[in-house]
Amino acid sequence: MLKIALAGIDRLFAAIAASKKLYLPIENAGEVEFSEYSEGAKVRLDALQTVKSAKDAFFPFTENMMQFHTDGKNISVEAAKRVDEDFVVFGVRACDARSFSILDKVFLADPPDSFYAARRAHGIIVGLACHRPEETCFCTNFGIDPTKPETDVTAWIEDGVLYWEAQTEKGKALTEEISAFLEASDEKAVEEQRERTKKILERLPLANLDLSYFKTHPELEIFKRPEWKELSSHCLGCGTCTFVCPTCQCYDIRDYNTGHGIVRYRCWDSCMYSDFTLMAAVNSRKSQVERFRQRFMHKLVYNPINHEGEFGCVGCGRCLRKCPISMNIVKVAKTLGGEQA
Amino acid sequence: MRDIREKLLKKIHELFDAGVVDRVVGWKAGEFCYDVTPALFNAGNIDEILYDAFCGPNQSKFLVKGAEGGEKKILALLKPCDTYSYNQLITEHRIDPEKIYALGIPCTGMVDINKIRALGISGILGIEEDGENLKIETLYGTESCKKADVLLERCLVCKGKNHVAGDELLIPDEEAPEVPKCAERMTEVEKLEAMSPEERFNWWRSQLSKCIRCNACRNACPACTCRTCVFDNPSSGVSAKVNTNDFEENMFHIIRAFHVAGRCTDCGECSRVCPQNIPLHLLNRKFIKDIDEFYGEYQAGAEPNVRGPLISYTEQDVEPSIVMTRG
Repeated sequence: MLKIALAGIDRLFAAIAASKKLYLPIENAGEVEFSEYSEGAKVRLDALQTVKSAKDAFFPFTENMMQFHTDGKNISVEAAKRVDEDFVVFGVRACDARSFSILDKVFLADPPDSFYAARRAHGIIVGLACHRPEETCFCTNFGIDPTKPETDVTAWIEDGVLYWEAQTEKGKALTEEISAFLEASDEKAVEEQRERTKKILERLPLANLDLSYFKTHPELEIFKRPEWKELSSHCLGCGTCTFVCPTCQCYDIRDYNTGHGIVRYRCWDSCMYSDFTLMAAVNSRKSQVERFRQRFMHKLVYNPINHEGEFGCVGCGRCLRKCPISMNIVKVAKTLGGEQA
Repeated sequence: MRDIREKLLKKIHELFDAGVVDRVVGWKAGEFCYDVTPALFNAGNIDEILYDAFCGPNQSKFLVKGAEGGEKKILALLKPCDTYSYNQLITEHRIDPEKIYALGIPCTGMVDINKIRALGISGILGIEEDGENLKIETLYGTESCKKADVLLERCLVCKGKNHVAGDELLIPDEEAPEVPKCAERMTEVEKLEAMSPEERFNWWRSQLSKCIRCNACRNACPACTCRTCVFDNPSSGVSAKVNTNDFEENMFHIIRAFHVAGRCTDCGECSRVCPQNIPLHLLNRKFIKDIDEFYGEYQAGAEPNVRGPLISYTEQDVEPSIVMTRG
């Protein structure tokens, strides 16, 4: 294990940023998001969560796919360059880190999404262990250990010191590059912090969420539950839950007329929207009840069916904190799961 | 608030028993002490209706759809500020008051959980009102803060304890507790007006660049009740989703503010629901301030069925050339 005093952490950031793009939780206008580091940026490693999850670094909110240029009767097409240089995402929590493996199963399945695959190949993830979870955290229900994120490097912050441990080959290579800034350390402080945190985790109000109902009952039975109507009755149909969710993966492809040509881009889409999957005909889910049901069926039922029992949720709790009407996956699971939830 | 809730439940039972209403829009307890969900209740679960310092959401807009389809009237529970939106929706023919029984309920200020978190209080397990303070139990010990410091933005500039619409009041307005006004409504707008155009542009760009186009502001807004929003119409050429150019997001909010200008009651739902805490209400308040100054004091929703200044013509109306100078 290695360490660096937090007081000098800016020198570490500058050293990484000298050769690679570096993304950190950075505060802008009062909110923290993973953004590219530049000198003087307000880095917030203390923030437990960013508003958008770290998936933004691999599957961005919006990205250009190609451009069309017209010159008289000639049209030329220019494909957007895939990411071809290594970059570092620093400060990823264990829940967000797990979401990458859920996204991988979709985006890297044959045929792989070349935009996502390029970013995954070049992205080096420095995870940051949690030591002060919120009441809305429930990642442990999904077998996630927030005291040791599954990332290329794992970091812990304790008493003004950042502890650093490479977990993968990528992590070792990055450690090698910045070794001048790190010094050797024993594991005592980290082990003590992990023990303390584990005791807090046991006391979290949502620590023992029983989701077994969704794996033991037939898909159609869950689909037909009458409670969906009441659960969704006040849903605003906004996209907040989908856009703050680390595992939501739907996107739309649209054209933007710049006046000098067309930019074809893709952007996050939401199954809560009325024009979701609107193609030749209509959205097949005409009411908000159906759209609402789709989102939770995907997380709790379809994902486990399609991906060896894995839920499409990592328990980050963002939807619990951000939904304008405070409706969320926990309330849905408990309402439908009844005594088993 | 406990006394008020007891009184409220008794009144709701009476209205159901008398056959006046057959359903009620209320608030349902959540997983925690603060994550109250608006919900529809019927005769069977009236006693689950909650009323406490976290029942901030403005429920008037739900009545646009909620009032349809029942056999009897739907019961709406309106806080004083909600009645302004209610009036405005009647004015715009978006709700039919004949299908609604509106009960005015008192309010002593609603708490914003995000403001409690912004104080650095985390792991919140329970919150109790203790006079002017809130006692907060957390995973990390007991904390406290002043309730006045963590009120919703709309409560800081409270319109007062009087209801301006409704069929009945739970308790007469004059007997309701006084609601302290903690801030001047236009202070933040004046700060923005005092900036240079460049400073102001950069300030808004910085705020609006956080937008994720979740449309929560639009969907929660009681003034945004178009059956199909132009941004949801695929034939319109604009989209409700994020664009490749972030200027679109900025323009979206400005367009929306123009669309609700003169109709916005300043209920503050837009800012309350924004996951990025963008102070969207300041765009609306700037319009309100300009309207007040150009056409005389006007509060949208203060009474039903009036023509607001932007849709009525008088010879004294300000010239467009003067409006243009306001920035």
